[in-house]
Amino acid sequence: MMEKKITLSDVEKVARLARLGISPKDKENFERQLNNILLYMEKLDELDTGDCEPLAHVLPLKNVLREDRVREGLGQDEALKNAPEKKDGFFIVPPVIK
Amino acid sequence: MGSGGRVKVRQKNKVTLNQLTAHEVADRVAKREVTAVEVTEACLRKIDEVDPLIRSFIRVDREGALWRAADLDRRLDEGERPGLLSGVPVALKDIFCVKGQEITCGSRILKGFISPYDATIVRKLREAGAVFLGQTNMDEFAMGSSTENSSYGPTRNPWDPERVPGGSSGGSAAALAADEAITSLGSDTGGSIRQPASLCGIAGMKPTYSRVSRYGLIAYASSLDQIGPFGKDVEDIALVLEVISGHDPLDSTSVSLEVPRFRDALVDDIKGMKLGVPRECFVEGMEAGVEKAFRAGLEKFQALGAEVIEIGLPRIPYSVACYYILSTAEASSNLARFDGVQYGIRSGEAEGLLDMYESTRRAGFGEEVKRRIILGTYVLSAGYYEAYYEKALKVRRLIKEDFDRVFSSCDCVVMPTSPCVAFEIGARMKDPLQMYLSDIFTISVNLAGLPAISIPGGFDERNLPVGLQIIGPPFSEEKILRTAYTFERNTDFYLRKPELKE
Amino acid sequence: MENMNYETVIGLEVHVQLKTRTKIFCGCPVGWGGEPNTRVCPVCLGLPGVLPVLNRKVLELAVRAGLALNCEVSGFSKFDRKNYFYPDLPKAYQISQYDNPLSGPGWIDIQTEGGKKRIGITRAHLEEDAGKLVHFEKEGYSGVDYNRTGIPLLEIVSDPDFRFPREAYEYLKTIRTVMRYIEVSDCDMEKGSFRCDANVSLRPTGEKELGVKVEIKNMNSFKAVERALAYEVKRQGELLAVGRPVVQETRLYNADLQKTFSMRSKEETHDYRYFPDPDLVPVILEKEWVEEIRSSLPELPGPRSERFREQYGLPEYDAGVLTAERPLADYFEAAAAHTSNYKALSNWVMVELLGKLNDSDSTVEESPISPEQLAGLLSLIEKGAISGKIGKQVFAEMFAGGKDPEVIVEEKGLLQISDEGELDKIVEQVISENPGSVADFRGGKEKAIGFLVGQVMKITQGKANPGLVNQLLRRKLT
Repeated sequence: MMEKKITLSDVEKVARLARLGISPKDKENFERQLNNILLYMEKLDELDTGDCEPLAHVLPLKNVLREDRVREGLGQDEALKNAPEKKDGFFIVPPVIK
Repeated sequence: MGSGGRVKVRQKNKVTLNQLTAHEVADRVAKREVTAVEVTEACLRKIDEVDPLIRSFIRVDREGALWRAADLDRRLDEGERPGLLSGVPVALKDIFCVKGQEITCGSRILKGFISPYDATIVRKLREAGAVFLGQTNMDEFAMGSSTENSSYGPTRNPWDPERVPGGSSGGSAAALAADEAITSLGSDTGGSIRQPASLCGIAGMKPTYSRVSRYGLIAYASSLDQIGPFGKDVEDIALVLEVISGHDPLDSTSVSLEVPRFRDALVDDIKGMKLGVPRECFVEGMEAGVEKAFRAGLEKFQALGAEVIEIGLPRIPYSVACYYILSTAEASSNLARFDGVQYGIRSGEAEGLLDMYESTRRAGFGEEVKRRIILGTYVLSAGYYEAYYEKALKVRRLIKEDFDRVFSSCDCVVMPTSPCVAFEIGARMKDPLQMYLSDIFTISVNLAGLPAISIPGGFDERNLPVGLQIIGPPFSEEKILRTAYTFERNTDFYLRKPELKE
Repeated sequence: MENMNYETVIGLEVHVQLKTRTKIFCGCPVGWGGEPNTRVCPVCLGLPGVLPVLNRKVLELAVRAGLALNCEVSGFSKFDRKNYFYPDLPKAYQISQYDNPLSGPGWIDIQTEGGKKRIGITRAHLEEDAGKLVHFEKEGYSGVDYNRTGIPLLEIVSDPDFRFPREAYEYLKTIRTVMRYIEVSDCDMEKGSFRCDANVSLRPTGEKELGVKVEIKNMNSFKAVERALAYEVKRQGELLAVGRPVVQETRLYNADLQKTFSMRSKEETHDYRYFPDPDLVPVILEKEWVEEIRSSLPELPGPRSERFREQYGLPEYDAGVLTAERPLADYFEAAAAHTSNYKALSNWVMVELLGKLNDSDSTVEESPISPEQLAGLLSLIEKGAISGKIGKQVFAEMFAGGKDPEVIVEEKGLLQISDEGELDKIVEQVISENPGSVADFRGGKEKAIGFLVGQVMKITQGKANPGLVNQLLRRKLT
């Protein structure tokens, strides 16, 4: 049996970090599929990247700035228009334990 | 099944308005030979006729389009100067924010979300006189290569309705192949314009990263996403690209280069041009029909006076692994905002905040999106960041260096767009890794931020279209367009149309 | 309690709100209070498809702050995403800086009982503020207001260099003074433009390794910080004294009870999954630009205070008070240019001017008395034209009406009476009217002369030269 890259409990832990509810069936599927995918990704270890700088941006852009000028935003009504729940100008969410 | 599409070649004297190209429409509308309303009506009629089968569109804004077309006609009649796309009906992927419209990215989680703002490209298209027909279907959050991962159900390929149109911009590609629209737009993160263009037998271009503003494009993987046009011919690609390109102060990653007149690059001449063919592209799993069409395409290029040379892109085989680490990592963060607080659907709130998050995202996201969020979260999490994410960023540099090197010895690189033609709906849904591997020819281009086009490059033995991909160095769109245009002028693949059983 | 063998180690994280017109990544105005969700736009609401663009002013202010904190202002810096879910965080990630902060190591000197102490600054980085949650307990839900979302913050992280809560207090005061001096922030704790969290641990004296660290939050004033730290040091000391472990956790300070309480969060341990934000490009500062900003910095309070002691011969306390706010120090120096009695000037500024300004709830900039006018008043006193006491009266008139001191003295006839002949008569009158006091004085009660001087002053409405009166009285009575 091949060593598992990711276990069921890893899947659970990661799903919680991502605030993603998943069904028990999905959990098992994901474990299997992600193991395959992560094993495939080991392919990258074939490449020597020792003194290679990570490439976060493909183009050498830098110092892109805007002036400190006010731009018209949304009114309260428009800001709240899509809210699943709203009241008195607030977005309403279940109580956040303080 | 497997009979493929019946082929009909477009004949100039017999075309209906919806079959016209964008440059033809813009030209005739500007000259007032046809009205914007007539063209729009022709498209809407075609949508009524074929979309119940093809399902390119998630929503059609019939009234809005007709109102807009009538308004344009009135203004043109009053002497207003026409724009580059005056009266051109455009289909937009359901990923661009349009003020006042429901935009869902093919996902249940955004159901009911009405955008309060316009994407920059939407503003530019409108200013150029375009008429928006509505939103086209796509893989949920652009994650997929078949448009099967849409919460609205799959779109069908006009060449064979049993087959997929490719993805993720499958709706925009199918709408154009079926002549439901004059032109359409998509976004390309790992091939999501070029691959469906290839599978639907039309042209599609991913510009250089940063050429087109991403403001208002709902992000999948921000460092890879780029907006681009589909076209019934290369001239339309040049035309729309000219409209949507340019610096945008709302996008920090948009480059401040002047926009060339891309239409001027449309010269039927590639004599002396050096085209590189990577030896790595003849992979296992490339369908025979694809390889045959591709080799024929190379011969055509040679016949047209180009020099075809073999080159090496040794890190291409690593691009799929690299891509799926980086894109899912970025996606896990980009898609975190869909949490039921501000917009879209919400569930589980009765049980408290944590449950609201988890239930909302469980109910709102489809399986592929969940899979990628989990993968992306995992590769960024403590203890794995260096092994996966950082490693992939380093490999990304190597892949970019591969391209930098070959572009010192050739003008453009040519490859098939996809190792396969349109496959049957459902055929590849069970094995995500196999689906990912089919992106092998398109992905490295996004990793390196390069411009690339897919144009009709032939047909396989079942008469299914095969795409030919031309890739250039950063900001070499003009060279790519010229190469593509020359190929197109000297072949007739782009004139062939699927004959839909009506 | 056996606290003696332990050394306290405190580090502070200060969030300073940068003084800009608009938010860090969008054009929404920065403000305070008002209706919820009225200073928002698609960008700071984190709507699908939006992108951030960095505010130039934010960068400039952050560089100013970094230089004032003697930091290495980094040539290369970038933004990262800090991922976590909370309703006040609209994108479910905060744009911050992880491994390439704008400003690297630096330091700042603070005053302690034992003299000057240098506190190390680990880093100072930019980030966006989160929104505000309002809890409706009765209704059983929470409300979210995104007005604050995206307000630019500079997080200043200190080295764990504080050994006493008082040092932390002094540090906060110093940071605030400096930030105000260089006009980077208002540093108003009440309005949330200055916030502070602390890390506290104890370790056996002489030990190098840090003890178990406790994070303290919810300290809403400088005093609260000092008290919270004192409480926490005591609490940890008591635990260690009886051999019980200190738990690594976050504790909230309750100002009413003056105690810290465990947050008892049920949440899993944080894993923020930082990674470079692909929507923002790196900031690469050009040397010339940084030097330009450096040369535009004003003299900072520390060096200025030292100069005040040297140049004006002021005591440490005076120099400290006068340089605590830049406008006050500027005021003092403007007045000092017109007088040479610096200590007297310092007293007038610290006692009279600050007192009056305080009473009228106004700032130095709003003072009705110009520095030149105050110097004029001082020179009238110095010349003996008026007494110090009359001086205060004139000062009050100046403050009320803004007139020059010379004019007031003239108009009200307040010139000091130094004419011996004129005073002689009044002295005679006082001696004859107060035989009791005269007898007391002659009987050896030295104090009685004070009463007699007072009587002369009363008759002259304070205008008599008190020294001269004293002299005349003594001459006549002995």
